[in-house]
Amino acid sequence: MSSPALIASNGDSLREAFGKALSAMADEFPKLVVLDADIAGGTGVHHFRKSHPGRFVQFGIAEQNMMAAAGGMAAVGLMPVVTTFAVFCLRAIEQARLSLCYARRNAKIVASHPGLDVGPDGGSAQALEDLACFRAIPGMTVISPADATEMALATRAILEFDGPVYMRTGRSPSPRLFGDDHVFRIGKGQIIRQGDDLTIIACGAEVARALAAADLLLRDGIQARVVNMATIKPIDAELVARCARETGAIVTAEDHNIHGGLGGAVAETLAATTPCPVEFVGVKDVFGASGEPEELAHHYEIAAPHIAAAAKRVLKRRRADARVKIK
Amino acid sequence: MNMHAQPANDTAATNLEDRLAEAARFVRMHAIASIYHAGSGHPGGAMSSADLFACLYGAEMNVWPRGIADPTRDRFVLSKGHAAPALYAVGAYYGFCDRKESLNLRKLHSPFQGHPHVLDLPWVETSTGSLGQGISVAIGMAIGLRLQNNPARVYTMLGDGELQEGEVWEAAMSAAHHKLGTLTAVIDYNKLQSDASNDVIMRLEPLADKWRAFGWDVQEIDGHDIAAILVALRHAGETAEPSVIIAHTIKGKGVPYMENIPTWHGSVKFTRQQADEALAALGASADEMKELLDV
Ligand SMILES: Cc1ncc(C[n+]2csc(CCOP(=O)(O)OP(=O)(O)O)c2C)c(N)n1
Ligand SMILES: [Mg+2]
Repeated sequence: MSSPALIASNGDSLREAFGKALSAMADEFPKLVVLDADIAGGTGVHHFRKSHPGRFVQFGIAEQNMMAAAGGMAAVGLMPVVTTFAVFCLRAIEQARLSLCYARRNAKIVASHPGLDVGPDGGSAQALEDLACFRAIPGMTVISPADATEMALATRAILEFDGPVYMRTGRSPSPRLFGDDHVFRIGKGQIIRQGDDLTIIACGAEVARALAAADLLLRDGIQARVVNMATIKPIDAELVARCARETGAIVTAEDHNIHGGLGGAVAETLAATTPCPVEFVGVKDVFGASGEPEELAHHYEIAAPHIAAAAKRVLKRRRADARVKIK
Repeated sequence: MNMHAQPANDTAATNLEDRLAEAARFVRMHAIASIYHAGSGHPGGAMSSADLFACLYGAEMNVWPRGIADPTRDRFVLSKGHAAPALYAVGAYYGFCDRKESLNLRKLHSPFQGHPHVLDLPWVETSTGSLGQGISVAIGMAIGLRLQNNPARVYTMLGDGELQEGEVWEAAMSAAHHKLGTLTAVIDYNKLQSDASNDVIMRLEPLADKWRAFGWDVQEIDGHDIAAILVALRHAGETAEPSVIIAHTIKGKGVPYMENIPTWHGSVKFTRQQADEALAALGASADEMKELLDV
């Protein structure tokens, strides 16, 4: 008898980084309990199930009940971490709204399989709406780390934070971007590459692509600043405004619908503080499809060349704006 | 048994059942009055559940106003959150909130919102109003208490129409799977929901069989028979499985013009005459009328 090779436990994915971090930190957080809806193998919490079986609670394929039950666990003093795929979190968003956020519970939702990064499972499984939906709930903090190092730091940060959090992990192998000196703070973005011609603000899987886009732009003599905006809510408004003041043009990049996610958060901030031209890189209000993540990124135009192209568009718009002002 | 709850002014009542009947009468009167003052609200399901509320807060549950932060208190979750006026009324009767303040229902700046909110009123334990969620929250509480070796019991009350929510059956399955013997669900089986009867909207029967098939201990009782409610609650506390009490009730119970009439579900506005008539039917004294309606 031979068993199939499971694709789930891919070493360098954000979900695995999350699962390992959670398991490693569990002893420091005695109130931590992990809730699963029959996909622990996919979300990374199979590590926790193995290391802390007594604090792992199985809810079966019943996300609504799991989400609201997390509210009950938090009500009696535990710190529940609800885990499932991002797309199935959408199914329980009303439970997250009422029983977690409205009741202001210290509960965390950690969602794997966000965006086109899901890949071959196809359009039905690729949540491109989750950042927008969860961002709209009062009191919800929304986070999307960019690499495995940051994921481990963010995992600690959300466990130390008192309040409801929605955090994206990721399915596919992801490149290491940050070293051991990396710092993660909820609500703080970081300039991870200097440049003064424009700023690319990205989160999650798009951060690596934004860095690649900055390389492409440099060939044309354009110095792009890159910001890793791992917290979508509360957005680092100060940094967004500063980048607008210093570079005068912004591109946002996210593995998400162009509506309501990181781009929306950045645009809201800019409109209220420092208006400047913005280009949005994201999935253009359509559903995804099967394919490998890189193929999909090219097909749906969220890959590095598309970010670079958006940068050139936004620079053109800024120059046009400047001409108008001079006249 | 809760030995702590002592209503402020039920001097005449002597034995437990009489005291609880008096509490239920107060719940009905207070809920009618608060809905009258609010100009909207859901009276039908408040009337049908009043006897259940009285037995839970007046006898069964180990929870009392000064112990509302005690980790070992029993927890109650009103899954059918639109019966908030009845919850506020029983809370007022047993001293969890002020009798007069809690008449200020559904008003800006009042903590007595249309549906219970735990940040406004910690003693309501969690926020409800979206049907189907309360039972899940109660299950989370029961699992969480057990994980912390806390023996407190968890109670929840559901409407019959509420049982049409799929989440209720997810919850039912999970409570049995996790062997939550500390959980008691009470169903206010008044046969009516928002628009019409369960039978017209979405049939529930055979209801007891459904819960049995999901692995629960099931009791069916007359939900207006206080002795029967007390016996059922006591039995529910002794089972290894989660317990459900299917309490057959009459929507609008106690107010003749309201009984079994679907339109009194809510949200309705009482005229002064209707409020007077309802309180009179509930045996309100002149003083009670004045105290409840002339504020
Ligand atoms: C999820 C959800 N859907 C719809 C409603 C609107 N609603 C409020 S009460 C009600 C009828 C409830 O009937 P039942 O559970 O039988 O309550 P009762 O008869 O005890 O008042 C409905 C549909 C709601 N509160 N929540
Ligand atoms: Mg009903």
